[in-house]
Amino acid sequence: MSMSTSTSTPSRATRAPAVEARGLVKTYPGEVTALNGMDVTVEAGTVFGLLGPNGAGKSTTVKILTTLARPDSGSATVAGHDVLRHPDRVRRAIGVVAQNSGADPVATGRENLRLQGRLHGMKGTGLDRRVDELLERFTLTEAARRPVKGYSGGMRRRLDVALGLVHRPEVLFLDEPTTGLDPEARTAMWDEIGRLAGEDGLTILLTTHYLEEADRLAERVAIVDRGRVVVSGTPDALKGELRGDAVHVELRTALGEAGRTLLDGALGGLPGVHEVLCEGRRVSVRADDGAAAVPVLLGALERAGAAVATATVARPSLDDVYLRYAGRRYAEAGTGSLALAGGAR
Amino acid sequence: MTTAVTQTWYMTQRQLMVFARQPAYAVIMLVQPVVWLFLFGALFRNVVELGGFGTTSYLDYLVPGVVVMSALGSNMWAGMGTLEEIQRGTLDRFLTTPASRAALMNGNVVHNGIVTAFQSVVIVLLGLLGGADYPGGVTGVLVLVVASVLLGTVFGALSNALGMLVRERESIIGINTFLLLPLTFLSSAFMAPDQMPSWMRHIADFNPLNWAMTAGRSALSADPDPGAVLYRGGALLALAVAAVWLSIRTLRSYQRSV
Repeated sequence: MSMSTSTSTPSRATRAPAVEARGLVKTYPGEVTALNGMDVTVEAGTVFGLLGPNGAGKSTTVKILTTLARPDSGSATVAGHDVLRHPDRVRRAIGVVAQNSGADPVATGRENLRLQGRLHGMKGTGLDRRVDELLERFTLTEAARRPVKGYSGGMRRRLDVALGLVHRPEVLFLDEPTTGLDPEARTAMWDEIGRLAGEDGLTILLTTHYLEEADRLAERVAIVDRGRVVVSGTPDALKGELRGDAVHVELRTALGEAGRTLLDGALGGLPGVHEVLCEGRRVSVRADDGAAAVPVLLGALERAGAAVATATVARPSLDDVYLRYAGRRYAEAGTGSLALAGGAR
Repeated sequence: MTTAVTQTWYMTQRQLMVFARQPAYAVIMLVQPVVWLFLFGALFRNVVELGGFGTTSYLDYLVPGVVVMSALGSNMWAGMGTLEEIQRGTLDRFLTTPASRAALMNGNVVHNGIVTAFQSVVIVLLGLLGGADYPGGVTGVLVLVVASVLLGTVFGALSNALGMLVRERESIIGINTFLLLPLTFLSSAFMAPDQMPSWMRHIADFNPLNWAMTAGRSALSADPDPGAVLYRGGALLALAVAAVWLSIRTLRSYQRSV
């Protein structure tokens, strides 16, 4: 596949990548292959999204890049430092917001931030000022003296991000920053991440299983499936690769072998129809003019004796990109219907 | 080196704060010793008449036993806290900072030591209130407290290692319940060695719990045996160092498994 969709400007190209991982392999006891040749390159000062269903290998990648786990093979540098040879230098340069960031529930927000800063060697008025600044910025000033166990989910998540930023890292890792948040808190978190992007040349690597999140926040996206990147590029370029509209038809019963042949025959000769994919009760067609393909498709299905439940025409989304490169529908890859939040538009 | 010490102190402070803000813990921690000292002590008061206790007051004899037993009881659950920190993601958060790896483990050890020392002193004072006599004086009490802190360190570090290795609450609960009573009854906590069946006495000789009690009891007596105290104290120290070393090793194996 030709995915030469480089958007980096000359100024960015002159800087070394903030994150570079090559051929990462990691197998957990019990022969679970979490990573199977993972490659990631993140240009400095950009927001990069690792997108994939649960279990695709996103978190394992983050664990290796943040020096928590060691790969079985492969190499990686973060902020110019080798994660295996100089984990200490990497730790100084990174901020990590894990899925469970583990703020101390008994300690106050301010105490959590202060301890984090101290572990990074900060102290005195410098630390005090930085903590105040972050509390203000993440609208936690009022709650700063309260124990974290009384915080709402959104407040906790904001504190987690603040914890990752105390020491002004070069590279920030956000592992599923909005999982478990209600829609309102999620939107607020997106705005916050959007503001962080590009600030002080901060590089952000975020993992998500929400297509909409990657589409909205990341300048470049890599789609991860079964421990490796199946495709990467800018969201627009990836969507542009898919010619035309997506037509999805939901049937009342699965299409038989004869029905499929009939369908292929009816649609095959139609100009502007590129791909026809049948999966159980779902039929997906890619066509230059989606609206024009619908009557033909419905006609063919009727002749095949298949009752249609719903039919939709949609502009290409990352869901379609996922379907095309991972060979299966995003929602079926293990995340459930939640992942379809960004499907049709 | 100095940063590692400072960081150890940060980690200790963090845990002491949790302890200080949840006073219910401290109260619960002291209820059991009170039961042992005053209910059990009253019930078996006349047992000293059998002889071999080195004192005429059973409470005098019982205090070191209860101090050491309580040190075991409060430290053997340390792994539960570690497990919670792993599950909450706190340990991983600290591991991605440049903080010294040893500081992360040692903060826990120092904290447990401070809490054990506090608990031991309170039990000694409760005994004093109840009429116990400590001829060994302050030095004797100090030896007892140090011995119970060392014993607590042994079992606290082992419990942490277990928590990181098995990562199941059930395993810690199972092993602790399995160990607590045999370790206690195969020691001189309640009964003078002279009155124990000889096979039990021989087993008790290998029980670290008994080393701490014997050392403390000797130091508190009217004529302490410095040789016996140092010998058992040294053995406890060696065990404590080995257990802490093991827990730091398991931290590495934990890192391999994430």
